[in-house]
Amino acid sequence: MAKSVIQEFTKGLWAEIPPFRLVLGLCPILAVTKSLDNAVGMGIAVIFVLVFSNVFISLLRNLIPKEVRIACFIIVIATFVIIVELLMQAYAYPLFQQLGIFIPLIVVNCIPFGRAEAFAGKNKVLPSFADGLGMGIGYAISLIALSIFREILGNGTLTFPFIKYSIQNVLGPSFQPFTFLIEAPGAFMCLGLMLCIMNMLGKK
Amino acid sequence: MVKLFIVVTLFSSISGGLLAMVKSATQEKIELQQLTYVKGPAINQVLEGCTNNPLEDRFKLKDGGREIDFFIGEFEGKRNTVAFENAGKGFGGAMGVMVAIDMENDQIRGIGITTHSETPGVGSRVKTDPSFRRQFKGISVDAAFKIKAEGGDIDAISGATVSSKGVADTVMESVEIYKRLKKEIKNKAQG
Repeated sequence: MAKSVIQEFTKGLWAEIPPFRLVLGLCPILAVTKSLDNAVGMGIAVIFVLVFSNVFISLLRNLIPKEVRIACFIIVIATFVIIVELLMQAYAYPLFQQLGIFIPLIVVNCIPFGRAEAFAGKNKVLPSFADGLGMGIGYAISLIALSIFREILGNGTLTFPFIKYSIQNVLGPSFQPFTFLIEAPGAFMCLGLMLCIMNMLGKK
Repeated sequence: MVKLFIVVTLFSSISGGLLAMVKSATQEKIELQQLTYVKGPAINQVLEGCTNNPLEDRFKLKDGGREIDFFIGEFEGKRNTVAFENAGKGFGGAMGVMVAIDMENDQIRGIGITTHSETPGVGSRVKTDPSFRRQFKGISVDAAFKIKAEGGDIDAISGATVSSKGVADTVMESVEIYKRLKKEIKNKAQG
């Protein structure tokens, strides 16, 4: 492996940032980025799952026979997803009510699985950890960026996580919210626009 | 070939064991969270003004094969009101109705809806419209809880007859449960 651990970490933040560059995990992107606090909650859940599943799959990579690797990866990922779901129910119930089905759906949103197949299954523990953390943080950043954009323009508010505080009328009281952005098609549009801006920036 | 079976079996059993551990460790906490966030608002609504914390003053009793959580409300120093949830059928599916009963006068103290999947803005008014819920207040448990369309006294919410009927039927069922278990509830409430 020519790349350093730091490079494995930082590639997830820009060069291969999951929803934009890998175009994976779009389903929760559409559903949970309606408000900032939901996006942060989902981001933390994904970081947790990615880091632990990457580390464990990397640890066990020599034990797993090639023929059944997909079944084994899914077992490892599903285990951590259910742990996240239970912990969230126990300690952050309102968040769980908001995110609902999208927590169990982390199993099938392809980012943890994609990283396991493409990276953790072939690499040592430390780079896998860095890869998982970087990808997770990259995913969280994307969720947060999209949700800030959508919540301010689509609803006129900004809801901060953990402190249960939200700014009303960010753009002034006479602002008429652009409700379309809160709907799923609006999310696709924002995603496309952001990808476009990223590509423009990348060219320079 | 055998190795494949062994590896997958091993993975599944370790994962199963781990999950069972996490589940049992968090179960109590999750139950409490669900009480606070799902049933809590309705309990506080039906037992408004009580001087204790009904979420802590709770016990389970069996009615037939079913276990029901009972919450005790204390008013003017007397532990005389009991609240419990019962599931009924609304227009959009299952509906949870919380009923508080004053055990001294055998009267309904109030009702509240915990969970429902009624049409927003129409059937959901059984939860949000206080004038609908108020009709149950102070009615004796021996009364028949029926909507006017069925010859009873309860005004259904216009456009939401099925949801209103669902609430009335569930309250009817709940008072039956109360009558069956009254003695046990009173014993538990005092002790």
